Parts: sequence; C-alpha cells; structure tokens
Amino acid sequence: MREEIITSGRLNPNIDPHLEIWHWHIPLYLFLGGLAAGILFFASLYTVLGKENKYIGAVRRAPVIVPFLLIIGLAALFLDLRHKLYFWQLYTTIKIQSPMSWGAWTLMAITPLSFAWVAIHIREFFPNWDWKWTLLKELEKFLVKYKKILAWIILYFSVILGIYTGILFSAFNARPLWNTSILGPLFLVSGLSAGSAVIILFSRRKRERINFAKIDIMLIGIELFLIVHMFMGFLASTEVQIDAANLFLGGPYTAPFWIFVVIIGMILPAVLEFLELKKFHIPVIIPVILVLFGSLMLRFVIAYAGQMSRWLY
Amino acid sequence: MRYAMAIDTKKCVGCSDCVVACQTENDVPIGYCRDWIVEITDGTYPQLETEIRSERCNHCDNAPCVRCCPTGASHYEAGGIVTVTHNKCIGCGACIVSCPYDARYSHPEGYVDKCTFCLHRIKKGQQPACVEVCPTKCMYFGDLDDPNSDVSNVLKKRKHKTLIPEAGTKPHVYYLI
Repeated sequence: MREEIITSGRLNPNIDPHLEIWHWHIPLYLFLGGLAAGILFFASLYTVLGKENKYIGAVRRAPVIVPFLLIIGLAALFLDLRHKLYFWQLYTTIKIQSPMSWGAWTLMAITPLSFAWVAIHIREFFPNWDWKWTLLKELEKFLVKYKKILAWIILYFSVILGIYTGILFSAFNARPLWNTSILGPLFLVSGLSAGSAVIILFSRRKRERINFAKIDIMLIGIELFLIVHMFMGFLASTEVQIDAANLFLGGPYTAPFWIFVVIIGMILPAVLEFLELKKFHIPVIIPVILVLFGSLMLRFVIAYAGQMSRWLY
Repeated sequence: MRYAMAIDTKKCVGCSDCVVACQTENDVPIGYCRDWIVEITDGTYPQLETEIRSERCNHCDNAPCVRCCPTGASHYEAGGIVTVTHNKCIGCGACIVSCPYDARYSHPEGYVDKCTFCLHRIKKGQQPACVEVCPTKCMYFGDLDDPNSDVSNVLKKRKHKTLIPEAGTKPHVYYLI
C-alpha cells in the first residue's frame, strides 16, 4: 500500500492542527448583516417602486430592528478583534482589494442610514412622537422630502452589504471551500430570505404576508439551486476543492449541513409556507424561526467547515 | 532587489536548530513558532522516501495576506519581504485565514506575527538567524537580483521547487530537491 505520512513540528495555537481563528463572532455578524441587508433591501425596493402604502410591514415596520441588528453585529466584529485598541486603523485607509476594508466602510455608511430610515418611520410605532429639538425636526423634514433618494442609496448599500458577507469568505483562496464566487450570491439570497421572513412577522396585512411567503419560497428555491451549483463546481474542480466538498458529502459537516441548513432551514419552512398559501392554518412564527435558524446555521457551518479545508502539500 | 531563501532538502536533517534560533532571536512567545520542520514520508514499503523541510513564511510576490489586510498593516518591505506593522494591525485575522501556508499566528499581545526573514539582521548585513545557525549549512539566503548571491548561485545549479505554486502566490522560499 502506498503511504504518505506528513509530520509537522508546528503547533501554533488556533492554527494547528487546523485553523480555528474565527469563532462565533464572524458567522453571527454575517447572519445579522445579511438579515439587515435583506430587510433594508425590501424596505427601499418598495419605496422606490412607490408601493410603500401597500407594503407597510416591509417599508415602515420591519426596518425598526435593523439598527439593533447592525449594532449587535458590529459589537461581535469588535469582540473578534485581537488588537482592539487599534480598531480605528480600519478607518484610516480604503483598500479596494480587501473585502474586510470595504465591508467596514459599507457598515459605516449603512448603519447611520438605517437609523435615518427608522427615524422617519418612528410614528408607525409611536404616533405622537415629537423630536423636541428644531434641528431634529428640520432633519426629519429634509429626509422625508428626499425619501426616494434615501431609498435608492439604501437599496445599493443593502445589496453591497448582502453580497459582501459572502465575498468576505470567497476572497480567500487559501481555504478551498470558501474560494467559490457562488458564496456572494448565496449569502445575499439567504439574507433576503431571512429578511422576508422577518417582514412576514412584522406585517399586519394578510395580503402582504402572502406576498412575502411567495417571495420567500422563491428565494429558498434560488438558494437550493445555488447550493447544487456550488457542489457541481467543487466536484468538477481541483483535488483540494473536491476534498472541500467532501466535508459535506460524507465528511464531518455532512449532518449539520444537510439536516440543519438544507432540510430544517430551507425545505421545511418552504413547505410550511406553501401549505399556508394552500389555506392550511400554520402559525406564522414557525416558518419564520426555521428560516432564520437555517440562515444562521448556513453561516456557522460554512465558517467552521471552511477553516478545516486547506491546500495539501 | 529581491530577497529569497533556498533550503536543501537533501542536507536538512530536521534538527530544529533553525526553529530554536528564530524563537530566541525574535523573542517568539512560548508555544509558538515562526519556522517549523515538516517531514514527509512517501512510497510503498520498502521503497520509502523521506523529505525534510524547514518551512516559514514564503514572502510571496503576490501575497494574499497583504491583499486582504484592511488597514495596510501587512505590507511589502524593500526587497519583497512581507512584514506586519504591529500598531496598525487590528488583529482581525483575515491575513491568517488568507495564507495557504498557515505561516502566521496571532501573537498573545493581539497583533499578527510571522517570519520577517530577520529584517533587523539583514539591515545590519547579517544573515537571518535560522540560516546563521544551521549545522548542515542547508540554507542559502540572498538577493535574487544579484546573479552572484548564494541563493542565485545554488538555484542555478540545483533542481528546485516552491510550495503550492498553484495557489498563485509566487513564493520566494525555494526547496532544493
């Protein structure tokens, strides 16, 4: 029998025997960022299309949680840094080739924009809200006047935020599992699906809920299509990428991926949403939680499995 | 100027002197290393072949760690040496993830650390510590642009390879085979 034994004298913490440098912070942030991007995408899209009165849940209600999602996500990112006192160095330069850099700048832009969006819709939750200071009142007037422009800007930034969560991984050619451009669209669609699930939860109108259930079923279909393509790409590629795919096809991440992400997080909620469209009575919270769970698990599984995949030499 | 290193796998005995010299010279924290020994045994018994290599950062021409660093802390020094500016590094770990050789680690103080080709010694006209101490003299260091440097001469004479050239990083640590 032909044998190959590799012995390495290196045992650096978090590097060997396999990479474990990114823990829960990164996948949690990617989930929250993707979810925020999904909610903002639909909020700004329906505003741009002039349908804000038809989609009140999407435009006015669901975005209220976005600033919180982004702040928790940013906190997770900050906790992940190991040289925390120097975090401001991120904002001293723009490095086009570094997804981490333009992600930091995108967050810098979209976080205040999400606050502005919630501020101009605050009366949806507090009808008698008063801004007290004239400056804030003037600012609100200004934002309401140019709401369409604001919506266009948020629309662009939400797509960048959604795609960037995947590109952060796919830009690393050292980790063959991540090194596929499918991850960008896959994480974007997964974020949109999570966003539409939260909108279903926030919506008070049946018509809107049904529309978003339809949108979500379509998005889950696209996700499954992208996952199949991801594996086709891996299996038709080099040995290291075939090995990466095998982490999910018999390897240690097979059960977490296919059971938690694909079956519980995608197929099951899509079936429940479909049954709801067929007039079966299903508590809306169940598919919503399953979609969010699937979206979170997708990022956790990809983040951890990716760090196990490597080049062999 | 382009610094490079050549390591003779036929002469290396895997004694780890280079590892200890580096840890001492660069005050590497206990439990960490900037260079390390890899032993690969390949074949079918009794025809077995062993290759021993002293590995470290490859100071790539197309370094993914420099590309993905969001602050510019990871950068190229004169002569193509890849180093990290400690007080610009935020410890995000992107460079650690991006390195196909896993040559970087997170220093207990927070910043990312790695082999510097002993830049502080080179500036004084000395050889890197690992090269200096090697008891079998299996390491060659020098300027690739200088046709008479040790490294240029040995690469002219001997067959050599780099690690994972297919990753497109254009590494500059050569292994004589």
